[in-house]
Amino acid sequence: MSGPSTYEPQTGFTRWLDARLPIIRFARDTVIDFPTPKNLNYWYTFGAILAFCLAVQIVTGIVLAMHYVASTSGAFASVERIMRDVDYGWLIRNIHANGASMFFLAVYVHMFRGLYYGSYKAPREVIWILGVVIYLLMMATAFMGYVLPWGQMSFHGSAVITNLIGAIPVIGEPIKIYLMGGPAIGDATLNRFFSLHYLLPFVIAGIVVLHIWALHVPGNNNPTGVSVKDVKKDTVPFHPYYTVKDGFAVVVFMILFAYFVFFAPNALGHADNSIEANPLQTPAHIVPEWYLLPFYAILRAITFDIGPIEAKLLGVIAMFGSIGVLFFVPWLDTSKVRSMRYRPIARQLFVLFVLASVGLGFCGANDPDKFVFKFGPDQLVVNYVDTNGVAQVSPKFAEYDGPEGAAAFARALPPSSGAAVAVVEDGFKWLWLSQILAGYYFLYFLVFLPLLGIIEKPKARPPSISESVRKKQSPSAASAVNPAPVAAE
Amino acid sequence: MRLANLALPAFAALAAAAIGAVAIAQPPAAVQSTEQPAVPPAADGPAPAGAEAPGGAPAAAPQPFVPPQPAVESDSHAGEEHADDHAAGGHDLLEPKGGWKHEGFFGTFDVNALQRGFKVYQKNCSSCHGMKLLSFRNLGEVGGPFYDARYPNPNDNPVVKKIASEFSVSKIDPDSGSMVAVPGIPADKFPSPYANAIAAAVANGGAVPPDLSVIVKARNGGAGYVYSLLQGYKTPPEGLNVTPGQHYNAYFHGDTASQWVGKDPRDKPYGGFLAMASPLQNLDIRLQRDCVEGAEGGASCDQNTFDDGKPTTIEQQAHDVAVFLAWASDPKTEARKQLGVAVIPFLFLLAILAFLSYRQIWRNVEH
Repeated sequence: MSGPSTYEPQTGFTRWLDARLPIIRFARDTVIDFPTPKNLNYWYTFGAILAFCLAVQIVTGIVLAMHYVASTSGAFASVERIMRDVDYGWLIRNIHANGASMFFLAVYVHMFRGLYYGSYKAPREVIWILGVVIYLLMMATAFMGYVLPWGQMSFHGSAVITNLIGAIPVIGEPIKIYLMGGPAIGDATLNRFFSLHYLLPFVIAGIVVLHIWALHVPGNNNPTGVSVKDVKKDTVPFHPYYTVKDGFAVVVFMILFAYFVFFAPNALGHADNSIEANPLQTPAHIVPEWYLLPFYAILRAITFDIGPIEAKLLGVIAMFGSIGVLFFVPWLDTSKVRSMRYRPIARQLFVLFVLASVGLGFCGANDPDKFVFKFGPDQLVVNYVDTNGVAQVSPKFAEYDGPEGAAAFARALPPSSGAAVAVVEDGFKWLWLSQILAGYYFLYFLVFLPLLGIIEKPKARPPSISESVRKKQSPSAASAVNPAPVAAE
Repeated sequence: MRLANLALPAFAALAAAAIGAVAIAQPPAAVQSTEQPAVPPAADGPAPAGAEAPGGAPAAAPQPFVPPQPAVESDSHAGEEHADDHAAGGHDLLEPKGGWKHEGFFGTFDVNALQRGFKVYQKNCSSCHGMKLLSFRNLGEVGGPFYDARYPNPNDNPVVKKIASEFSVSKIDPDSGSMVAVPGIPADKFPSPYANAIAAAVANGGAVPPDLSVIVKARNGGAGYVYSLLQGYKTPPEGLNVTPGQHYNAYFHGDTASQWVGKDPRDKPYGGFLAMASPLQNLDIRLQRDCVEGAEGGASCDQNTFDDGKPTTIEQQAHDVAVFLAWASDPKTEARKQLGVAVIPFLFLLAILAFLSYRQIWRNVEH
C-alpha cells in the first residue's frame, strides 16, 4: 500500500547515504509519507499510546534496575529505598508500577477495537497474531515484574501461577522446576524472574517492529472496514495528520496516567503487597493484578471434572485456551464483512462479549463462594450428629421463629449430638456468574463468530472511505467548497 | 501544510518543557515551617512554655519510659493477615473530626500531629514494633516531622540528633570488633526491638509484632484503620467469649464467629481478637524541661498533655500516631502531590494546544 517512494535526496550527503543505507528514505516512507485512511477515529490512537507506554516502561525500568536488589532478603527493602532515598525514585517507581496498569488498559482498548472493526481479517491476520504474541509476552513480563517487589502477593501469586504450570501432565512438573530454579520459590526464582523481566520488554519491542512492519504492508484497517480504493481520495499522509491526532490522544492519556501516579499510586495495587513476603503465611485471598483477573476467573470457574481430566487441569486448559483462541480468531470469524458497524447481530454480541470480559474481571476479584446477591436473609440451621453417628443438618428456621426455634431444636437433641447453631447463606455465587461469563467468552469465539458469517445479513457498506465521510458531511457547505487535500502518494 | 510542519516541533518543545518542569520542580520547603505554630523556628529566643524548639539547646532527655503493656504480649499479627479479608462488611472505620488533613489533592501532613505522633510511637510502640525502613535522618528531611529549613542536611538537625541519641543502636566496636550498644546518630536506621523474628516471637508468645514502616500502606483502610483499631478496644458484648491473653477489638480485621455464644449466630459482633492490649493510655509524653508549674496556656505539669498542650486522650494519640505512620509509610506524599498539582494542569494546557493543532491541520480534510 505504501507504493513507490517519493523521497528525493536534496544534498550531496543524503544522495551519498541514500545509495548506501537508505535510512532517511525508510523513515520518510514509514512515518511521514505513509498513506493512512482519513477516517480513523480515536479508538485507532491506542497504537501510539501503547508505543508510548512501552517506551515509558523500558526507560523507567532501566532506572529502577540500577537500584533494585534481586534477593529475597533485600528486594523488599530495596524497593522501599527507591521510594524513600533515591532522587525522584518515588516518581520513577510510581510511573513504572502504574504504567503496567496503563499499558494493559490501553492494550485492552486496542484489542477490543481490533475485534470490533475486524482488523484481524485478511490480509491482516499476521498483524493480529503478532499482536497476540505481544499480549502474551506482556502478561509474562507483568507477572514477573509483580514478583520483584517481594511482597506477600508477589510471593503467593507466583506460587499459584507456578503450581498451575505444574498441573500440566508429564511436562508440567519439570517446567515448573525450571521456572522456579529449584524445588521452591526463592532466590533462584527471583533472580531469573528479574533477568527475564529485563529481557522480555526488548523482545516485545522487537515484535512491535514486526507488528508495524506487517501493518505497513496492507496499511491500516479503518472503521468502515472498506479497503483503500484510491490513495489520493481515501488517505492522508501519516505526518502531520496522524502524528498530531495520536499526539493529542497520548497527552489525554497522560492525564489519566498522571492522576494515578501523583494522587492514587496504590489504588490499583493490593495492600498485602506492602507486607514483605513470608512463605509461611498465606494471605486469605490471593488475587493477581486487575489486568489478569478475567483469566483468573476462568481458571477458577472450572470446578468439575470431565471424564478423566481433573478440574484443576481443566481450569488451566480453559485459562490458556481463552488466550489461545485469540490466535485463531482470523479463521473463526467467517464473515466477509470486516467492520461490525455493518453487522447488526455481531455488533450486539460483541457488546455482550465486552461486558462478559469486564464481568469476568469482577468475578476474578471476588471470592467464588461469596454472593453476587443473596436470595433472602441468612437462615439458621442446627448441625448435629444423629444416633447413628451421621452428621445431619436441621431444616432452615424461618425468620419468625429464628433463634428461638433453632435453640429449642438444639435443646431437644441429646448432648452427645454436639448440636450447634449455624448460619446458612443462600444467594447467587460469584462462581456461577464466572461460569456463565466464561461460557459466553468461549461461545462468542467458537460458535457465534463462525456461525454469524453464514446466517447474518450485513447492512450496506459505503463504496469507499471517501464516500463514507462525504455522506456524513454532505449537508455542510464548507466541505463542498474546500476540496480534500491531495494525499502524498 | 506549512503550519502543519511547524506543529510537531512546537509540540516537541512543549513536551520538553514538561519534562523540564518535572525536573526542576522541587517541593516548596517553606510549606512546612509556616504550619508549625507550636514549634517556632526561633532557636535562641525565649520559646513559649511547653514548646520544643527544634533548633534550641538540647532539651533534657525525657524520663525513662516503661511501657505499660503486659509483659507477655502475644499479639498474633500473623493472624491479622489471615483475617484481613474477613473484614466485617458495613462496619465503617472511624474518621477524625474534619477528616484527614493529609488526604485530597492539596492535603499536607499536620506537622504538629506528626511530631506528637512520633512521640506516641517512640513511647508506646517502639518497644515492640520496629520501623526498620526508616532512618532517624528521615525525621528531619523535607516533609518530615522535625524538618527545619535551617538544617538542609538533616544530620545537623539538633532535634533529630537528640531523638537518635535516645535510641540504643548496636554497632561493631572499632577497637574490639564486638557488637556494642551505643546511642544512635541521625544516619542510623531505627533499631528493631528484637534481634530477629524468632526472638520477637519468643518474647511475644509466638507471634511477631509487625514492623510499622509501611503499616498504613499494608492495611486496607490505611490511616483510618490504625486510628480505628487503636480506639477499638471496647468492652466485649455479652455473649462474646474472650480467650485469656486475647483482646476484643471492634475494628480488627478478624472474625468473632468462633467465640460468639450468643443466641443468634447472625448477631455476632464486628471486629476480632488480637493479643496486643490497648497500647494507649493517658501518658506523660511531655518533655520534662518544658514543664512549668502553674503555667498558663502552655504546658503545665499536668501529666496528660503533649508539648503543645493537646490533651493526651486516646483519640488524640490514635489520630497523631496514625498521621505519623501514614507519613512513615510514604514520606514523599507531599512532594508527590505538589508535583502532581503542577503536572496535571500543564498536561491539560498541552492537550488543549494539541487539540487546536489537530483542528488546524485537519480543517480541510473530510473525516
